[in-house]
Amino acid sequence: MEDATRSPSRRAFLRGSAVALAGSVTARGAMAQTADPLITELQPWASLTGDGVDATPYGLPIKYEADVIRRNVPWLTADTISSINFTPIHALDGTITPQGCAFERHHSGAIELRKDDYRLMINGLVDQELVFTYADLERFPRENHVYFCECAANTGMEWAGAQLNGAQFTHGMIHNMEYTGVPLRLLLEEAGLTAAGDMADKWVYVEGADASSNGRSIPIEKALDDVLVAFKANGEALRKEHGYPVRLVVPGWEGNMWVKWLRRIEIMDGPVESREETSKYTDVLADGTARKFTWVMDAKSVITAPSPQSPIIHGHGPLVITGLAWSGHGQITRVDVSTDGGVTWQTARLGKQGDTKALTRFYLDTQWTGEEMLLQSRAMDETGYVQPTKHALRAIRGENSVYHNNCIQTWHVNAKGEAENVEVS
Amino acid sequence: MLKYLNILAALVLSATPLMAQSKYGLGRPALPQEVAAWDHDVRPGGIGLPPGSGDVLTGETVFADKCAACHGDFAEGVGNWPKLAGGDGTLANKDPVKTVGSYWPYLSTVWDYVNRSMPFGNAQTITPDEVYAIVAYILYSNYMVDEDFTLSNENFADVEMLNVSGFIMDDRDQAEYAIWRGEPCMSGCKDKVEITMRATVLDVTPDTPSDTTVIEVAATDTPEEAPGTMPEVAAIDPELVAAGAKVYKKCAACHKIGAGAKNGSGPQLNGIIGRLMGSADGFKYSKGFNAAAQEGRHWDDETLGAFLTKPRDFMKGTKMSFGGLKKSEDINAILAYLQSASE
Repeated sequence: MEDATRSPSRRAFLRGSAVALAGSVTARGAMAQTADPLITELQPWASLTGDGVDATPYGLPIKYEADVIRRNVPWLTADTISSINFTPIHALDGTITPQGCAFERHHSGAIELRKDDYRLMINGLVDQELVFTYADLERFPRENHVYFCECAANTGMEWAGAQLNGAQFTHGMIHNMEYTGVPLRLLLEEAGLTAAGDMADKWVYVEGADASSNGRSIPIEKALDDVLVAFKANGEALRKEHGYPVRLVVPGWEGNMWVKWLRRIEIMDGPVESREETSKYTDVLADGTARKFTWVMDAKSVITAPSPQSPIIHGHGPLVITGLAWSGHGQITRVDVSTDGGVTWQTARLGKQGDTKALTRFYLDTQWTGEEMLLQSRAMDETGYVQPTKHALRAIRGENSVYHNNCIQTWHVNAKGEAENVEVS
Repeated sequence: MLKYLNILAALVLSATPLMAQSKYGLGRPALPQEVAAWDHDVRPGGIGLPPGSGDVLTGETVFADKCAACHGDFAEGVGNWPKLAGGDGTLANKDPVKTVGSYWPYLSTVWDYVNRSMPFGNAQTITPDEVYAIVAYILYSNYMVDEDFTLSNENFADVEMLNVSGFIMDDRDQAEYAIWRGEPCMSGCKDKVEITMRATVLDVTPDTPSDTTVIEVAATDTPEEAPGTMPEVAAIDPELVAAGAKVYKKCAACHKIGAGAKNGSGPQLNGIIGRLMGSADGFKYSKGFNAAAQEGRHWDDETLGAFLTKPRDFMKGTKMSFGGLKKSEDINAILAYLQSASE
């Protein structure tokens, strides 16, 4: 059996990088002294056959990518059943998050709910209280949209200082998928909205089917705008950890409102003031008062590589600095990158113009000759909002908000190419 | 008449009553008893409360039985589980303690959450009167009511929450967006830059391999077992183990078992059958279990079965607030599970 830790390609790759490091500071490096056996010798994969079709009826990543996985921080919560883990954003590229490594957040564990057992109730101030089956939902006109879902607590451990050493842990409570679903508006209209009158001060309460019965109140204007009742992500059924068979998608707003295993929608004349919108997901300011109903996720960005879990291992020369930017207010219009801790900035290249309320990939194609760097990125969105520094955020909010920390992140990269989460003056 | 028949036919065909406002005719009307079964939310002022009542003393008993394992006998919280009492005047401190007393703005939220989402791992099993009693006890634990207090749907709206005026609506558009818009600085943005804090100094990041190492993944083909190298163990009935795994859900919030299991609210249970009583490293046992450890008493199927039947009868003063398993088949199943899941 092949030893994954000593795979020929990995070993050769590392040897190759060591040659480049030792050889010179130029990209091309010194002329190879000996011929590369990966080229000159017959390799088993060029001679023997590989797996047949159906070896894996539903494929997983190759074993060499086995470290690209969700991880949690055990000391954060009492129990994994009511906890969170983190997307390995340091190891991904592009913008779409594969479902299998997209972060999970459960309040009472990920339940297994059959499509056949699924019911969605609409009640309250509607003309006719209704029950839908899963099959009913698939008969409404449906739409496709890419949206990011970010937990309000993403980067929450960094308020008081640099704490967790990796982009996965500081910024990994986020994923970005293409959803297929029915606009919530269509379901509400099907139940009839004349009972809700002029919609003034009307709210939509959404609730999950799991034991936590997570429930949130959403103003009806948002519910009628872009909220989706989704049943597919990235083309396939939602994973159970993301709410199979049906979850709510609330574009640009905090992940807690994206109720999984959605079972009930009630139109009301006021918010429920549920546990998750009073005792949690409220932001304590320095004087002890707390902001509530802070739904929108403001513009934010992070460099995913180089970063503590993705050091520079290729030596001097061309370096691709890359990261992600997003805004709950709309499109990302620009991302600037600093390599000197925010003294000077260069505008990065966007991988492609990002969708509204979706992750946008940025790149800065640069040269690195071993100098220490203090890497930062700064996002701007279509409203003209500029991602703030941690100092600016703290000046207004103090250090106890827990939620909605969208500060500029700093990675210190040393001469060896290793990166560390730091805070700068 | 013909028209009527047509409508009837349409009804039968679509199995969906026609509604004037319905565009697609999908779904069916929710029955009143269905709405009643799911619509339990309770809102500020007690809107949605069922009639009922519960007093502090009853609440203390119910709380000890159903809540204290995680939230502590006095609602003070165990380990990382939420504290429900205390924290007065801490909201402006460095680490605010946000409890029902110090932080929660509405009593309805407490009732609603206990009723629908608690106890953890056994939600929606408490009667309304028990919920009133638990909420009364939480208020008492926060010194908000006296010990002779009874909470009911009738006096619910009279309870004043300490932090009811401690919240403001999201004001970021005024307080932040207004000042964080515009063309940002591109050069000479500060005089100097110094590192003021490093994450590695704190060292709280879980160990993760960097990209330069590859994790060994489990081989998909299991190596053949050499006969005689495995210790002789009595065959465990897989069905019984599966049944035990289900029963264990009642335990899992407090007790961990398997690779890397650590103590939680209760001790980790690896190798529990055959293990010295009161011997999980680092767990603070009751006096009774400490004494049992001194005496060298060990857990076996019989003693563990007796403990799980009536924990407090078996061991006076045990911290385990679980009431016990009533059915002997559940006990047998969980013993099989504990045996099989141990690392």
